[in-house]
Amino acid sequence: MRDVAVIGVGLTKFGELWDKSFRQLIAEAGSKAILDAKIEGKDIDALYVGSMSSGRFVDQEHVGALVAEVSGFSQLHIPATRVEGACASGGLAVREGYLSIASGMNDIVVVGGIEKMNDVGGSAATEILATASDQEWEAFFGATFPAIYALIATRHMYEYGTTKEQLAQVAVKNHANGAFNPYAQYQSPISLEAVMKATMVAYPLGLMDCSPVSDGAASLVLCAAEKAKKYTDKPVKIIGSGQASDTLALHGRRDICTLDATVYAAKMAYKQANLTPKDIDFAEVHDCFTIAEICAIEDLGFVKKGEGGKAIDNKITTLDGSLPVNTSGGLKAKGHPVGATGVAQIVELTMQLRGEAGKRQVKDAKIGLAHNVGGSGATCVIHIMEAM
Amino acid sequence: MKEGVARFWREIPQRYNFIGNKCGTCERVFFPPRESCPDCRRKSMGKMKETKLSGKGEVVTYTIIHVGPEDFEEQTPYPIAIIKLEEGPQVTAQIVDCPLDEVKIGMKVESTFRKIQQDGHTGAIYYGYKFKKLR
Repeated sequence: MRDVAVIGVGLTKFGELWDKSFRQLIAEAGSKAILDAKIEGKDIDALYVGSMSSGRFVDQEHVGALVAEVSGFSQLHIPATRVEGACASGGLAVREGYLSIASGMNDIVVVGGIEKMNDVGGSAATEILATASDQEWEAFFGATFPAIYALIATRHMYEYGTTKEQLAQVAVKNHANGAFNPYAQYQSPISLEAVMKATMVAYPLGLMDCSPVSDGAASLVLCAAEKAKKYTDKPVKIIGSGQASDTLALHGRRDICTLDATVYAAKMAYKQANLTPKDIDFAEVHDCFTIAEICAIEDLGFVKKGEGGKAIDNKITTLDGSLPVNTSGGLKAKGHPVGATGVAQIVELTMQLRGEAGKRQVKDAKIGLAHNVGGSGATCVIHIMEAM
Repeated sequence: MKEGVARFWREIPQRYNFIGNKCGTCERVFFPPRESCPDCRRKSMGKMKETKLSGKGEVVTYTIIHVGPEDFEEQTPYPIAIIKLEEGPQVTAQIVDCPLDEVKIGMKVESTFRKIQQDGHTGAIYYGYKFKKLR
């Protein structure tokens, strides 16, 4: 296995981007990453793109080749592959790119992630997102995607005394971080009261406990670490990569409040990096709903099971806490164009580890972790990164 | 019609009659029925036996849906729960005939045969199980 580094990153703004098409978004993120890495088309060995449901959001499948085409590579005939794992599609694309370089097959790979979710109406978006759950044995009975995370939240409150206020504090924290991120969908802080009083979506989760419907794209250039210094002074190495699966339906799991896919993917990534949770300086976790961040910091081993709510009270995860979580604003404030999310998390880690995160820069950031979940936890992919 | 009918027709035995299956090696019960047991895997192949479930169980967790999918909009707000059945498997389903504030974790429930959704005004009507408080 060869070491792999990120040598370039690119993001579009996340949000309701009515004036931009699917093609424009991915081309914009991709060209930014390629310019950042100072590579040319002929240097690229392969391209991986994560997209959850381009077929239903914009009526276009076969987006691997499409991305190569709109990036201007059709005459180079670069191998281009689309990767899908619901909301973890982006993270999986990163891992596929990583593996293809680690294996020795490729030297330089461009990874993209994209979703254009606002071209369909709100109820259609909800329905499409529900395809990440078990359609036949959850969605059929009227369970929405927020409802499935609400089922986790109700049980977490019952077992561990987690409060609705603690859930709300996750949103408040992530919006505070998002205010420092020029790419975020929401760049203004919100009050605890606003989150607590927001329209109920699925008890106990209100509208402000949910990540938004977003358009956006993200891109990375990955390179064999031994060649990375040729392109950049600040390569950031991927030192651990883990992936795991579980049942699609929440009701099929060992424990309602634990995402075992996170536990297993984390174990794999920590082992490869030869690190423990204590060694992580900051993390981007999959906060598609506020309860998801609470479960994530528990399942990643940052706090004990059941103490995720208290971690918010004790301000462990704020920007100036001992373990800042979701410095980008997370899915909650930065936005969640599902296929782009896992790639955008790696962009944030890279910017932090290069010391380029501006007002949201974590002091002495040495090691960062990205945690990307598909569905309610049927897929999880985790990466750990360190500046070279 | 949004969906082919066969997709729903295939599941009628399970959804209408609460028929699951049991691993012939470890006796673990599954619903919906599985091709093999995830504990015994190849040792369970060809040994999965059909079994009728009582339809009785207990609420493990619940939510009240206020913003529903289009096909369920007229039913909001409605409770959805995960129910642990007596025989062991867990299912996701609606709780009916129960005031919203009475839905609680630990509540004993039994299944009842109901209309679940309809494919528009002229499409197929889908039936299945919901749960009500055990008397």
